[in-house]
Order: sequence, then structure tokens, then C-alpha cells
Amino acid sequence: MEPIIRLENVSFSYKINEKTKVSVLKNISFSIIPGEYVAIIGHNGSGKSTLSKHLNGILTPDNGDVWVHGNNTKDTNNKRSIRQTVGTVFQHPDNQIVATIVEEDVAFGLENIEVPREEMKKRVDEALNVVKMSQFRHRPPHHLSGGQKQRVAIAGVLAMHPDCIVFDEATSMLDSFGRKEVLQVMRKMNNMGMTIITVTHHMSEAAEADRIIVIEDGQIVMDAPPREIFKHKQELKNLQLEVPSVSQMAEGIHQQFPDFSTELIQEDEFIDEVMKFSKVEVI
Amino acid sequence: MGARPIIQVENLSHTYMKGTPLEHVALKGANLYVEEGECIAIIGHTGSGKSTLIQHFNGLMRPESGKVIIDGVDLSKKKVDVKTLRQKVGLVFQNPEDQIFEKIIGDDIAYGPFKLGLPLKEVRERVKWAMSVVGLDFEQMKDRQTFALSGGQKRKVALAGILALKPKILVLDEPTAGLDPKSRNELLEKIKRLNREEKLTVIFVSHNMEEVAMLADRIYVMAGGKDVLCGTPKEIFTDKEKLQLHHIGTPETVQVLYRLTDLGYKVSVDAFSISEATEEIIKVLHGTKEDLEDVQRV
Repeated sequence: MEPIIRLENVSFSYKINEKTKVSVLKNISFSIIPGEYVAIIGHNGSGKSTLSKHLNGILTPDNGDVWVHGNNTKDTNNKRSIRQTVGTVFQHPDNQIVATIVEEDVAFGLENIEVPREEMKKRVDEALNVVKMSQFRHRPPHHLSGGQKQRVAIAGVLAMHPDCIVFDEATSMLDSFGRKEVLQVMRKMNNMGMTIITVTHHMSEAAEADRIIVIEDGQIVMDAPPREIFKHKQELKNLQLEVPSVSQMAEGIHQQFPDFSTELIQEDEFIDEVMKFSKVEVI
Repeated sequence: MGARPIIQVENLSHTYMKGTPLEHVALKGANLYVEEGECIAIIGHTGSGKSTLIQHFNGLMRPESGKVIIDGVDLSKKKVDVKTLRQKVGLVFQNPEDQIFEKIIGDDIAYGPFKLGLPLKEVRERVKWAMSVVGLDFEQMKDRQTFALSGGQKRKVALAGILALKPKILVLDEPTAGLDPKSRNELLEKIKRLNREEKLTVIFVSHNMEEVAMLADRIYVMAGGKDVLCGTPKEIFTDKEKLQLHHIGTPETVQVLYRLTDLGYKVSVDAFSISEATEEIIKVLHGTKEDLEDVQRV
């Protein structure tokens, strides 16, 4: 299948003062296929946020190329269609809220691309409904709390009907219920065929994806399904990361009961294993 | 117990844009007390009034009605020495970008102590100390530009800037949001040490129940602009009815243990850390093994 996003030998550096440059991305190449659900993980400063900003041309590479549906992000003529294909939800919602009333904020992007009024109303309704913010539609966003603002920001991106959404640590400011809701939305959108890319520090969140890309010092060090990635406990620890809580618990139990599986990454699997295990023991 | 309250909030209310059609009640009769040296977590849903509450602690907001007394100073009085108050109460916001304005990391952290009129040597010492507390290498990072930092690094710089003021009370809004697992654990350890060893009073808002369980002596639960529940982590996380009533999440470990109890396993849910929870499950699995041995003996 034709990839929706393709990176080829991408390098990027920030200038930190007159003399010195810090190289953030070093010769990165990978492709994302339409419909994939990909998590990008790595410690603070590993380059994953910079990488996510390359996926829809917010930043363009110093060397190498990024193609979105075959359009090079360096070509400014492609900018509009690229941004419509790949939407981004950032960590801090304040930076992406522009209007003075919630529903106007959600409609902002639609106004810019001249969506007819009836269609606009329908899309705003749908998007606010998905993030469960319908009852706040007439409120000024700056008086909402962080989590509520974030849901408004997500609605604004959803309303644009992109093919792919990049979540750049978008759940890191949400409480556990807020996070669950957003994760459910992500899963739902992915099931509907949307490509999801999530940059996260929550390992149990990364375990939800179909594929994990691990970034260290501006390079890809691992790229595999979650189950494969989380087998490498020591490597992850060296990369200042960890495995999900249930995997850590499974490891501890395994030391006492060697038959207890260590390849568990989701809560449901863990519960099943405890049940299966205690049954086997009793029989 | 028996220590004097360093923070006392009584019946505090606040309404945003009062008297306009956009009026919004954020606090509605909130109460809270914190003793010197305590570590307090404030949890609650988005919009429950947590952020509005903590902005009262250093005088960013003044009580509209009700009382806020910080270390003996009544903030509802007209004349309050805000400068002394802000030296005493260090507030770290949720978005670290809000608090960083200097171009160079070292300058940004030095700004507060410098404004206090401290001698240059002392300022340097404090910056060095604060950077080591948050885990930023002084020599390597002091001359770096602030704009090219990642979200997590900015958070550390913002926290260091506050710590350099050597406050008596540290107020943190979501201290570890956006940090990777290792930085998060390190920062939590450091906050814990500041609290336990340097007797710093710590109040933090968090949605992360792992860190709430690990750090807090007591937890306040906010809902609808009020404090609806208060207790130790043990009291809060083992009270299933209240958890459900107030829609409070638990650490991932406790979540697993609750699911096992629902299935009939006799595990205690009072095991917050990974190792405690693992022990708890191992105990139960051993139990089923002993049952098996009993059966064989029969």
C-alpha cells in the first residue's frame, strides 16, 4: 500500500547559539501506512516531539525529505493539503485555542477552508459530541481547565476530517478518566480507518498501538509491535523508559511461578493469566 | 499531628466574570488545611476548581469571599505584603512555558534570587543547587537557550527557578505531566526528599494516581468547586463506594487488584506500588497452591 507519510533520511538541528547547533534528528527513515496506529516513545529530549512536527510540515528537514500522500512538505504549495491530511493535537491546548467561544474555536479551521454553514454546524456538533464537550459549547475556552481545553482542541482537529491525526503528548495533561476517554476516541477513529500517531510517555497507552517506534538521540532504535518492544525490558530501562505496570507485575510473579507468562502488556491479558494460572494450579 | 496549620482555607468562593452572562463559579465554599511539613495532594476532575484554589496560596488571587490564611497572614485583609508571601510560597504552573522568559537557562533560574538582592555568589550557589535538585547538569546546561528545550526540560527549569527562591511552601500544578518515566521517578524522589528531609511543605495538584499514592500524606478530593473528601491514600483508595461516587481513578496497580477482588480473589487493595501489588497477587497464587496440596493430602 502507498504510505500516507514517508520519511527519507530526515535530519534536523536547532541552533542553540551563534556557534553551536544541536542535532535533534539524525538520518531518520520510516513509512506509515494508511490505517496504522503508531506510538512514538523516547525520553525527554530524545527528539520525538521534533519528529512529530515534521509529519505535517510544521518543521521541514535540513536534509532528507518528508512526503505526505506523495507531496513533499518542503514545497510550500502543498502546505494546505498536507495540513488537511494530517492534523495535530499538541500537549498544551492553550497554544492551539484561538476563539473566544468553544464552538467558534472548533469551527475555526472549517471557516478557513470555507465549509458551508450547514455542514459546518454538523461537523462541530459531531466533534464536540465525540469529546463530550457539547454542554460547554457556549463557554469561553480560557476559563476551562486544562483537560477540557484539550478536548476542545481535539474537537477542532476532528472537525477537519483529516486522514491522520498526530497526538503530541496530548493526554499528558488529562486525568485517568479523561485519558481513557481520549484513548477510546483514538481507538474508535482508528477502527473507522483513520491513521493515528501518538507521541506518549505512558507505556500502557503505547501498548494500545499496533506498532511502537522508539527514538533515542534523534535516531530510531526500535520499531516493532508493542509485544515485541516490551520484551526488551533492560534496553528500555537504559533508554530511560519502562514497560507497562502489568508487565512489571507479571515479571515479579514469574520469578516465583516460572510458568506465569512475562509477555503481558495489557490489563485484560494480565487478569486472564492470573485466572488461568490459579485454575491450572487448583486442578 | 499537633503542628500548626501553615495553610488554612475556609469557605472560599470564586466566580469568574461575575455579573456578566459568562459568569462561571469555580469555587463554592472550599475548605482545606495543611500542617507545616505535610505533603498534600489535590485531585479532582477537570473544572473542579483545583487550579483556582492553588492560585490563592501565593496571592495571585485574593479571596472573593471566605478566608485564606497562609503562615499566619490573612489574605482577605486589604493590606497584604505580597512580596514576602511570594517568597514564602513558590508556585509552579502547569505549563512551564508560562514561567520561562529569559533566553538562557542559568539566567532564568537566577532571575528570582537576583531580584531578592542576594549577592552574586549566593545566587550562583542557589542556581547550582536548584539545578542539581531537578536533575539538570549545571556546567552542561546553564548556558543553553531556553527555547530549544523539550517540554520536560522546560518543566525542570521552571521548577528550579522556584526552588532557587528557597520557599517554605512549594505548590505544584501537575509536576510530572510530560516527563518520561525516568525523569518522573527522579523528580518524585526529589520532591519527597525536599519534603521529608528539608521539611518543605508541599501541595501538589495531580491527575496521576501513582504519584499521589507515592507522595501524599493526605489527599483532598475536589468536585464542583468544593472539597468533597479528604483522607490518607489508604483511606481514599480502599473506599470503593466513595471512589465510585466521586468518580476517582486509582493507581493502575489498585485497578488490577480491584478487578481481581471482583472475580473473588482475596487480595488486599491496599498495595499501591508495583512491588506491593505483585506480592499481594503472589500470596493469593500461593494460596491456591496450598489448596491444591490440601486436596492431595485428603
